[in-house]
Amino acid sequence: MSLGFWIGLIGATFAIATPLMWASLGNLLNEKSGVMNLGIEGTMYVGAFGGLAIASESGSIWLGLIGAIIFGCLAGLLVAVFTVTMGVNQHVVGIGTTLLLVSACEFVNRLRYGSGSLAKIEKFGDIIDDAGPLSQNWMTYFVFLILAPLMWWTLRSTGFGLRLTAVGEHPEAADVAGINVNRTRYVALVVGGALMALGGAYITLAELGTFTLGIISGRGWVAVALVIFGRWKVWPTVAGAVLFAATDALQLRLAITSTFGAVPNELLIALPYLVVVGALAIWGRKLRYPGAYLKPYRRA
Amino acid sequence: MTGSVPLIELRGITKAFGDLVANDAVDLRVDRGEVLALLGENGAGKSTLTRMIYGLSRPDSGVIKADGVAVSFSSPADAMAAGIGMVTQEFSLVGPMTVTENVMLSTCGLGPIDRAAASKKVAELASRLEMTIDPSAVVETLSVGEQQQVEILKALFNDCKLLILDEPTAVLVPQDVAGLFNTIRTLVTQGMGVIFISHKLHEVVEIADNVTVLRRGKTVATVPCEGLDPRQIAELMIGSPHAQEGQRQRDDNTNPGEPVLTMENLTVLGSGKPRLNGFTLTVYAGEIVGVAGVSGNGQTELVDVLSAARQPDTGSIVVGETDVTKLGVLARLDAGLGRLSEDRKSSIVPEMSVEMTLALEELDNYKHWGLLDKKAIRANANQMIQQFDIRARPTDAISALSGGNMQKVLLARSLQTKPTALVVAQPTRGLDVGACDYVYQQLEAVRDSDGGVLVVSEDLDELLQICDRIVVLLSGAIVGEVNAATTSPAELGLLMTGATGAALDQGSEVGV
Repeated sequence: MSLGFWIGLIGATFAIATPLMWASLGNLLNEKSGVMNLGIEGTMYVGAFGGLAIASESGSIWLGLIGAIIFGCLAGLLVAVFTVTMGVNQHVVGIGTTLLLVSACEFVNRLRYGSGSLAKIEKFGDIIDDAGPLSQNWMTYFVFLILAPLMWWTLRSTGFGLRLTAVGEHPEAADVAGINVNRTRYVALVVGGALMALGGAYITLAELGTFTLGIISGRGWVAVALVIFGRWKVWPTVAGAVLFAATDALQLRLAITSTFGAVPNELLIALPYLVVVGALAIWGRKLRYPGAYLKPYRRA
Repeated sequence: MTGSVPLIELRGITKAFGDLVANDAVDLRVDRGEVLALLGENGAGKSTLTRMIYGLSRPDSGVIKADGVAVSFSSPADAMAAGIGMVTQEFSLVGPMTVTENVMLSTCGLGPIDRAAASKKVAELASRLEMTIDPSAVVETLSVGEQQQVEILKALFNDCKLLILDEPTAVLVPQDVAGLFNTIRTLVTQGMGVIFISHKLHEVVEIADNVTVLRRGKTVATVPCEGLDPRQIAELMIGSPHAQEGQRQRDDNTNPGEPVLTMENLTVLGSGKPRLNGFTLTVYAGEIVGVAGVSGNGQTELVDVLSAARQPDTGSIVVGETDVTKLGVLARLDAGLGRLSEDRKSSIVPEMSVEMTLALEELDNYKHWGLLDKKAIRANANQMIQQFDIRARPTDAISALSGGNMQKVLLARSLQTKPTALVVAQPTRGLDVGACDYVYQQLEAVRDSDGGVLVVSEDLDELLQICDRIVVLLSGAIVGEVNAATTSPAELGLLMTGATGAALDQGSEVGV
């Protein structure tokens, strides 16, 4: 394998990891508060579609980005109303939210744009040109250099992080300490929703410049697995995202290499998922979930 | 004292849950530098009352005055702001976080935190109260006594003036109780007020200045403790003279019968040191053997191993003549090994009815053409309810029962198979005097019908009261055996903390 192969691989790894990073950090925030949000796939979908639709209608990619954030917040709010306020089963709410949001996007897509796809927009360009793996757009730089460290610092070194952990581990103790459990969960879900939607928006606004049906293709579910893989810690989750992305980038390249011509393409496509499942099976056996995982909080 | 403004004053507090009036026009007052004991049987309304003082619920009517100002707390945050702190029966600590993090949780705000500074403050506060506690220790690794200290530190960190302690001694060994009392005395000399809830009457007499007695939700008396003897308080509590103290051992010194439960060299490995380390003990027919020890010295593992919840790494368990080491729960029941586990709530299926709970371990007896014979189950339940004086109907959900009644159901379930060996863990935790008495009678009935009983308990008074002999567990092994009739709590306490002989270098979890 040539040097060019490896440079290409590294570059692609960061690009593929970016939406997973946004989504899994958003999901990490949710899960630290004790709420599982399976609406993540739909939230990414609405970020991708909503972001591109607004960008293409308004002609401003930044308006599209802001739109994606708002849609993400609303999606998080929806999940919060059902899981936190009403205490409905989180699996049901999450999957329902995903089905609702994906269908709603496809419905609006068909009403507004018929069978044709959305117009291509001028996507976010790389902020450094001709720099090999460093040629990435700002959303990649931002998530790796700013968001991940910020999340790590927030969870570890701020009162908010401490309170979020307490709410997710032992809401009764948090309540007795004077922390508003439900409000904290609302904040986590709304902010987390925005981050997930930005992960979706990255795909349309920065990677493709257009939208096609089924565009998220399971990345949300991967993000859910990554947070578990990362044991609800920022850096292991980042490592998981990079591992998955690297495997994915590798299989894309292997598929067009003559040596691997005989390997069924489907097997190669499945490779990153198999790696994540394998890694979860090996390291994920003695997991310690947040103490109040899946449990709505009610005062006794 | 009457001239000054009380720290807290309750007037005519009433709180009802549906038909049940938990508090009925309750009055209470605590002054600066006063320890007020709040006494009452289970269900007398003590917890309801303190929860209202701490903002966890609101009274239906009545006035709460803090420092002379009428207040209405809608959350613990309001109560804390008014200088009220509470250490609840079930600790409100976040296990995976450190001592410092737990202590600073309510005051840290949302922004950046300074762990080092907070840690120093916690250490200072702790040393002022003569507590030896590492601020950077992860809370779930601490002993129960230490966790309680963390709770007290938490309250003091918030500058509380009134501290409510809800049954603080229920989980402590004698030495830790003495430490707690020293802490309380230090606090009141600094002008704080303390509300102290306890079932243990002699403690109330020892630590409190005044005692307010609740009975069925009403204040029946508020009297100074000076010169009061425990018997009088017990009378106030339950309304009639009551034999609280007194030994109940076999009066005759007959030879022990056949071995009914033989545990040989039981070992359970944990990460690091073994949790149970070569535990060897034989229980004979016609005796009650107690296992004492500071929690976390292998009691849980012992009970788990005996009740087939986990396999020992080495060793054997023999019931009568049958080796049950490798047998499952039902096979052990058949062999005559009954058990009553430590945690009532994990021994029940909450939605299940009383009658089904009673039949659950014996379903084979109720088969009728392969289906359950509901009539027989009902008949059995009715019989058990009568025989064990359970205050419930067969169709009631087991989770709706009070602690005492729930324990009666579980006890009935254990005893209906007529076990020759019975293992019980913390049999009276959280039960009131009457219910305790009842449980003791049942255990004695097993002994008197030539069964053997093993009681694992953290309540020394209880062990001393009902056991014939007591073994002390430390770091997973027996470090001593005493005759219950001749020993004293102090002697047991010393054994439990490893303060005597060779036990010292085994690394007890309690500093002595």
